[in-house]
Amino acid sequence: MSEVIHADHHDDHDHGPEKGLARWLFTTNHKDIGTLYLWFSFLMLLTGGVMALVIRTELFQPGLQFVAPEFFNQMTTNHGLIMVFGAIMPAFVGLANWLVPMQVGAPDMALPRMNNLSFWILPFAFGMMISTLFMEGGGPNFGWTFYAPLSTTYAPDSVTFFIFAVHMMGASSIMGSINIIATILNMRAPGMTLMKMPLFVWTWLITAYLLLAVMPVLAGAVTMMLFDIHFNTSFFNAAGGGDPVMFQHIFWFFGHPEVYIMILPAFGIVSHIIPAFSRKALFGYDSMVYAVASIAFLSFIVWAHHMFTVGMPLAGQLFFMYATMLIAIPTGVKVFNWTATMWKGSMSFETPMLFAVAFVVLFTIGGFSGLMLAITPADYQYHDTYFVVAHFHYVLVPGALFSIIAAVYFWFPKWTGKMYNETMGKAHFWLSFIGVNVTFFPQHFSGLAGMPRRIPDYALQFADFNMLSSIGAFIFGFSQLVFLYVIIHGIRKGTPAAGRAWEGARGLEWTLPSPAPYHSFTHPPVVTDEEAHA
Amino acid sequence: MKQKKSFIAALLGLLTASLVNADELNMRQGVTNISHAVYDLHMTILWICVAIGVVVFGVMFWSIIHHRRAAGHEAAHFHENTKLELAWTIIPTLILVLMAIPATQVLIEMYDTGGEDMAIEVRGYQWKWQYKYLDENNNNAFSFFSNLATPKDEIEGRSAKGEHYLLEVDKPLRIPTNRKVRFLLTAEDVIHAWWVPDFGIKRDAIPGMLNELWTVVDKPGVYRGQCTELCGKDHGFMPVVVEVLEEAEFDAWYAEEVANESIRQEALSKTFTAEELMVKGEEVYGTFCASCHQPNGQGIPPVFPSLVGTDVVTGPRDDHIRLVINGVAGSAMQAFGKQLDAAQLAAVVHYERHAWGNNADDMTQPRDVLELSGE
Amino acid sequence: MMQPVDRQKNVQRTIRQSVLIVLGMCCFVVALIPLYDLFCEVTGLNGKTGGPYTYDPANTRPDTTRLVKVNFLTNTNAGLSWKFWPELGGVRVHPGELKEVNFFVKNTTDRVMMAQAIPSLVPVAATQYFHKTECFCFNQQVLQPGEELAMPMRFVVDRDLPKNVQSINLSYALFDITEAMGDVAVTGG
Repeated sequence: MSEVIHADHHDDHDHGPEKGLARWLFTTNHKDIGTLYLWFSFLMLLTGGVMALVIRTELFQPGLQFVAPEFFNQMTTNHGLIMVFGAIMPAFVGLANWLVPMQVGAPDMALPRMNNLSFWILPFAFGMMISTLFMEGGGPNFGWTFYAPLSTTYAPDSVTFFIFAVHMMGASSIMGSINIIATILNMRAPGMTLMKMPLFVWTWLITAYLLLAVMPVLAGAVTMMLFDIHFNTSFFNAAGGGDPVMFQHIFWFFGHPEVYIMILPAFGIVSHIIPAFSRKALFGYDSMVYAVASIAFLSFIVWAHHMFTVGMPLAGQLFFMYATMLIAIPTGVKVFNWTATMWKGSMSFETPMLFAVAFVVLFTIGGFSGLMLAITPADYQYHDTYFVVAHFHYVLVPGALFSIIAAVYFWFPKWTGKMYNETMGKAHFWLSFIGVNVTFFPQHFSGLAGMPRRIPDYALQFADFNMLSSIGAFIFGFSQLVFLYVIIHGIRKGTPAAGRAWEGARGLEWTLPSPAPYHSFTHPPVVTDEEAHA
Repeated sequence: MKQKKSFIAALLGLLTASLVNADELNMRQGVTNISHAVYDLHMTILWICVAIGVVVFGVMFWSIIHHRRAAGHEAAHFHENTKLELAWTIIPTLILVLMAIPATQVLIEMYDTGGEDMAIEVRGYQWKWQYKYLDENNNNAFSFFSNLATPKDEIEGRSAKGEHYLLEVDKPLRIPTNRKVRFLLTAEDVIHAWWVPDFGIKRDAIPGMLNELWTVVDKPGVYRGQCTELCGKDHGFMPVVVEVLEEAEFDAWYAEEVANESIRQEALSKTFTAEELMVKGEEVYGTFCASCHQPNGQGIPPVFPSLVGTDVVTGPRDDHIRLVINGVAGSAMQAFGKQLDAAQLAAVVHYERHAWGNNADDMTQPRDVLELSGE
Repeated sequence: MMQPVDRQKNVQRTIRQSVLIVLGMCCFVVALIPLYDLFCEVTGLNGKTGGPYTYDPANTRPDTTRLVKVNFLTNTNAGLSWKFWPELGGVRVHPGELKEVNFFVKNTTDRVMMAQAIPSLVPVAATQYFHKTECFCFNQQVLQPGEELAMPMRFVVDRDLPKNVQSINLSYALFDITEAMGDVAVTGG
C-alpha cells in the first residue's frame, strides 16, 4: 500500500566527526550544534535555577535573612534574563537544529557555518552577562523588563555590558532564524508541501519570522538605552523631552511576540508527542496550522496589556483588552484539538506523554490566568503582583519547559540510539509535576491577597503561601538533577533503541536508524502521506 | 469507578468552595463601588474559566482512563470534524464577547475622574510616598512624607514582627468618607506605582508625567497597599496606608494640619538646644538616612559612604548642609532639601556631626539652613 | 527534483528576504521615535500638550456659558533643589479665552544651572484641547546663583473641549539639565 520508504543507511560514516574539543568548536553539523545548544541551555537552566533558589530562600519566611535587597533585585533580574534568553530560547533552537532537517528530509541546515557562529556567540554573551554580578556596583537589578529610567539614569555601571550581551543574543537569534527559514522553505524533500510539514516545523517556521520581526526592536530599545546612558540623548529621559512610557511600548512590542516565540515550538512538540502515544493522527492538522498563524499575528497587536496601569487613554485600554481576549480563541482551538487527538485513541503513558499531557493541563491553567489578566479593570488588582508571576510561570515552566523536557525524552532514542530508564523518567516527571504545582499554585493566592512582585520581604499575611512556594521550588529544582542523571545514565547504559523507537511515532526522522546517522538524508527521502507528519 | 468519580467531584467541590469563601485565598471585595465591580468581574471570569476547565479536563481525564492501550482500547481513525471545530471556535468567541461587555462598563466608570470634592497630589520617591493636599484653589495646603515605620529590628529578626509588618507608616494618608477624592500621581525619580487593593485602584507614578485616579469610600478604616513597580533597592519597603475618617473627623484633622503648617513654618526661625537637635536629628536620620548610611553611620562603601570621621562630617558645616540639601548628582544621594524642612535638615546635619564619635564643634540651626537654601 | 544550484539560489533569495525583514524592522524601530511623538501629539496621549499654538482672536470667541477650572502643579524632579511655584494654584477660564498666568523659579544653589520644564496634563481627553501660545516649557531656563525669574505662560482652552471635562490639571516637572547641556551661557535666559 505505502511506497517503500527510502531510508539512508549508506553514507553515514564516510566522514565521521572529528575527535575532541575541535569537533565541538568547529562543527557545522546540525546534530552537533543541536546538542551544543541543548547542553548549554541545560547549564543555563541550572544557573537560573540557582538564582531562583536564592530568591525562594529569602522569601521562605518574612524578614531579611540571607541577602540584601540590592542583591535580591539582581537575582530576580538575572533569573529572568537567563531563563528567557539562556534556557528556554536556546533549548528550542537546539531542538530545531536537531529535528528540522531530519523532519523535512534535508541533509543539514541551509547555512551550516553560520549555524556554528549562532551557537558560539551565546556562551560568550552569557559569560559577559553573568560576570556583571561580580562587577563593582553589581549586575543588572532592574527586572528582566529593564524599564527606564531605572535601567538608564539609575542603573549600575555594568548596564553597558548587559546591553552588549543582549545585542549578541539578538544577533544569534536572528542568524538562527534566517537559517531555519531558509532550510524550511528551500530544502524540504520532494512531495513535502507546506501543508504536509510536521507541526514542529510549522511552529518553528512561524517562530523564526516572529524572531526576525522583533529582535531588531529589542536591539533598538537597548541601543536607545545605551545612547541615553552614554551620549546624553533623551529617548526615555523626561528631562530632555523624552518619555519613559515609550520605553515600555518599544519593549513590549518586542516582549509580547517574545513570549509567543517561547511557546509556539512547545505547541509543535506536543503536537508530535500526543498523536504518537495516542496512536492516532493529530486532530485538525489544518486548524492547528491556522491557529498558530493567528496567534502569531495577534501577538503583534496586544503588547500594551502589559501596561494597563501606565495611564493610557480609555480607547487604548479597550482595544488592547479586546485584542488580548481574542488570542484565547485560537489557543483554545489547539487545546481542544489535542484533547480530540487523545479521545478514542489507544493511549500509553510513557514519560514523554506524561510531560505532554501535563503541558496541556497546566499550560491551560496558565492560559486561564492570562484571560483573567486580560480583563483590564480586574488587571488593576492583578498587575505587578504574584498573580502575574503565577501566570507566566505556569505557561513557561509546566508550559514551555515541560515541552522541552518531553521533547528530550521523546527524541532521546533517535539522538543517542539508546533508551533512557523509563522508571526514573517517570520519577522525574512526578517530582517535577508536584514540585511545579507546589511552587506556583500558591502564588495565585499570594497575588490575589495583595503581594507585589519583586520584593525581598513581605507582610505577614503572605507568609504561608511563600513558605509553601519555597518548599515546592526546592523540590522542583532538585528534581532536575534526576533529569540529568536519567540523561547521562541513558547515554552510557541505555538499552539500544529501534529506528521507530515509539510505535506510534510518525515523521521522517523515525524512518532513520537510531542513533540517526551523523549525515542523514544526503539523498532526499520519498515523502508519503503516512510518514510526512505526526 | 463511580466511587472514584464522586470522590474526585467532592474534592473539586471542596477546593472550589474553599477558594471562594476563604478570605485569604481570594481577592478582597474592598470598600468602594469600583472594588466591588472589579471583584464581580474577577469572580465571573474565574467561574467561566473553572467551568471550561472542568469540561475540558473532564473529557481529557475520562479519555485517559477509558481510552488506554493497557485497557485494550483500539484507536479510532478520525482526525477532523468541521462542525465540531466551528462550534468550539464560535462558542468561546461568544463567551468572550459576553465577558467584554461588563468589563467595558466598569472601565468606563473608572475613567470618569471629574466632579471631585478634593484633590491630593501623590508623589513617589525612592523609597517613600509624599502626599500634598490641595485646597479649593489648588494651592498646597500642607504636605508630608509617608515613610515605612516598621523598625529595622523587626526586619532583621531581632524582635518579633508586628501585626502590620511592612504595611505601616509614620504618617498615613487621610481622606474623608463619602467624598470623591481625586489623586494626581507623579514621581520624583523612577517609575513607582500606587495601589490600594481595598479601593480597587492602581496607577503608575511616572517622573515628568501626571496620572490620575479617583475613589469614593463610604466605610471608615485603615487600608493598606504597596508600591507595585520595581523602583530600586527598597521597592518592597514603601507601603501605602490610607486612613479613611468620617467626614466631620476628617475636617477637624484637616483644619489641625493647616494650623500645624503655619506653626511648622514658625519653627523654622527657632533656636534649638544641642540636645533637641540630637533627638530630632536621630529621628530624621533613622527615617531618611539610615537605610543607606546605616544606623551606625558606617554606610556600605563605596556606594553608600561612611559618615564616621569622614571628610564631609568633619569638614566645613556649610558644605555639609549644602550636600544634604542638594544631594549629589549622578549618585543615590537625593536632594533632601525637597523632602525635609529647615528644622529637620538642621537637626540631621547636627546629629551626623555629633554622633558615632564625631565631634564637630559647631551647631546647626534652621536659620543656617534657610540662609544656604536661598530663602 | 531541485538541483543543488537551484536550491543554492533559492536559499540565497530567502536569505535576502530575511535580511530585508530585519533591516525593515530596524528602520521601523528608528522611525518609531518620531512616529510615537507624532501619534502622541495628534491623539494627545501621555499628557503631552504639544508645541506653540497660534491664537487667532478674530476667530475665537470665549464660550461664556461655561467655566473650566485649570489647576497647576509644579515640581522639581530628581534632586533639583530650585524653588518653583505658580502665582496661582488654579484659574477659571472660559473655553476660547486667552489667559496668562505666571510661574516663578529661583536658583537656590551657588552655581549657574540650566533647567527644563516638562508639562503633563490630565485628563487625557483634554490634552488636544489645551493650547499654549507662550510657555517657558518651550525653552530651557538658565539661572544664576540666587536668581529668581518670573515666567509667563499663555494658554487657551479650545471651545470644543468635551462638555464633561470640568477641570484640567497641568503639571510642570522641572529637571536639571546643566550637565546634559554642557557649557551654560552666563547671560541667562
